[in-house]
Amino acid sequence: MHPSSEFVLEARCLSKTYTQGRWWQRKFHCRALDNVSLALRPGRTLALVGASGSGKTTLAMCIVGLENPDVGEILLNGMSLRSLNKSAQMPARREIQLIFQDSAGALNPRMSAIHIVEEPLLIHGQCSRVERLEFALTMMEQVGISSNWMDRLPHEFSGGQRQRLAIARALVLKPRVLILDEVFVGLDLSIQGQIANLLLDLQQTAGLSYICISHNLAIAGQIADTIAVMDQGRIVVHSSTEEFFNRWQHFNTTSLSSAPVRSAMGAHSGV
Amino acid sequence: MYRSMWFIVRRLFYSLFLLLGVSVLSFVFLQFAPGNFFDEMRLSPQISRQTIADLHRQYGMDKPLPVRYFSWLQSVAKGDWGVSFAYNAPVAPLILERSANTLLLTGTATLLSWTIALPAGILCAVARRRQPWIDHAADLLTTLLLVTPDLLLALGVLWIALHTRWLHAGGMLSAELPDENLWGHLKDLASHLIGPLIVLVVGSLPVLLRHVRAAMLDALDLPCIQAVQAHGISHPRILFRHALPGAAAPLISLFGFSLGSLLSASLLVEVVMNWPGLGPLLLEAILARDFYVVIAAVMFSALFLVGGMLLADVLLFFLDPRIRTEGIA
Repeated sequence: MHPSSEFVLEARCLSKTYTQGRWWQRKFHCRALDNVSLALRPGRTLALVGASGSGKTTLAMCIVGLENPDVGEILLNGMSLRSLNKSAQMPARREIQLIFQDSAGALNPRMSAIHIVEEPLLIHGQCSRVERLEFALTMMEQVGISSNWMDRLPHEFSGGQRQRLAIARALVLKPRVLILDEVFVGLDLSIQGQIANLLLDLQQTAGLSYICISHNLAIAGQIADTIAVMDQGRIVVHSSTEEFFNRWQHFNTTSLSSAPVRSAMGAHSGV
Repeated sequence: MYRSMWFIVRRLFYSLFLLLGVSVLSFVFLQFAPGNFFDEMRLSPQISRQTIADLHRQYGMDKPLPVRYFSWLQSVAKGDWGVSFAYNAPVAPLILERSANTLLLTGTATLLSWTIALPAGILCAVARRRQPWIDHAADLLTTLLLVTPDLLLALGVLWIALHTRWLHAGGMLSAELPDENLWGHLKDLASHLIGPLIVLVVGSLPVLLRHVRAAMLDALDLPCIQAVQAHGISHPRILFRHALPGAAAPLISLFGFSLGSLLSASLLVEVVMNWPGLGPLLLEAILARDFYVVIAAVMFSALFLVGGMLLADVLLFFLDPRIRTEGIA
């Protein structure tokens, strides 16, 4: 471990190609990630924006280890995850947690709230049952879900509450990086605001770093320090939020070299 | 608890109505079928017209259908299930004895098929990503078995039995028992059972295996499985704590159905392989127009089907918290 490492998370030259079609069909190659590099400083937020199909979620999957990139490596605190063996990867994986787009689907409908939140602890097993429950309860309280509701099932919560539950489950392992995959989708504005404030609070108290995947520039600009725009598997723009919005204005007026950003934003007119 | 009791009672009530409907329909359809049991007697010169007319009256076949239906209901309530013309005896004991033989065969077959299909289906679903050849091989094999008719399988097993003498070709017990004690008896029974058992298991296995595999694949694709994977949860736990309960619902429905078809699954195989179950009895009864025997056999099958479905619904009710809290009809 290099404590001196400047970045908490670094992705270097990630590439991933999906191949579709069986042996008798013509192969169809889809380049989901094309030489993607990014870096995240501790306590900062990176917004990853782009149209659907631009590779945002694939990138997130690669970072948390649900997909293996064909080329490239991921460094956590300056240490490559690929070089670690399986048992050493476990504690490293704890440091990066992903919150999914669809919170209703991402929670097992058969498990009560408290069990959903405590499950990751069970796996990375380091504490007793009582400790686990206590810890899970404090986590739930921290994201604003009353401990009276610990025995409720996911479908008995509202969308915003389910999102909080998913956040609690991710936080229970005390990660250093949280990847938020479209967590604001399907929530109304006030709940979006509540969740955003919750995330900002957590960032201040726990020093978390976020990668916020979104196609909503407005909300991304609110919570991110840096913005990266993805298009067809590549990062086409990568700059600080301020600079980005200045340039975006510029692009908007000149409309000369703005094509990648435009297409990346799709028909989005929020900004 | 109150809620689940109410759920079961309501389901029982519906089932009763369903069974009544089935009985009415079978009565009507059988009535429309041409000919009856006594027609063949008319061909014989030794039986006088008067005797046939007397028999008609004795069995109540001269009365209109609704009257016969209600007297049949009474006899069901008494536990007789009508009278067999051919055996001149109440139907219930006949059917019950044959049903026991059928259930011995189909029960063993169902148990065996499920114990093979469950792990094999799960294996196929899990292996699909890493060792796709296992899945492909199973796919090919089940397709081959699916397109093979049960009749052909039965004939094949009979052929093997005759040529190799490894198995008994037909029957349920040997004429003269090699051994008089219980153990010898059981061994004899088992050696007769194997043939039809193979046919039934091989016949039903591909369907079950494919359902298990499909249900498991669906469950493994659920976002909540991906989510726990991302949290670093171990593979066996994902499989047994998350995916399997997710896949259970369609499988329980299927299990209810296979319980329901216990009485009717082996009819053909029994006839071909000479197993003294419900199959040969029903075939004879249909050919001879033995009215109440056919009705009773149909009703018993329906009873099992309804019972199996009911059991599946109750199991689902207790298994799935979503159904439990919403309280479906």
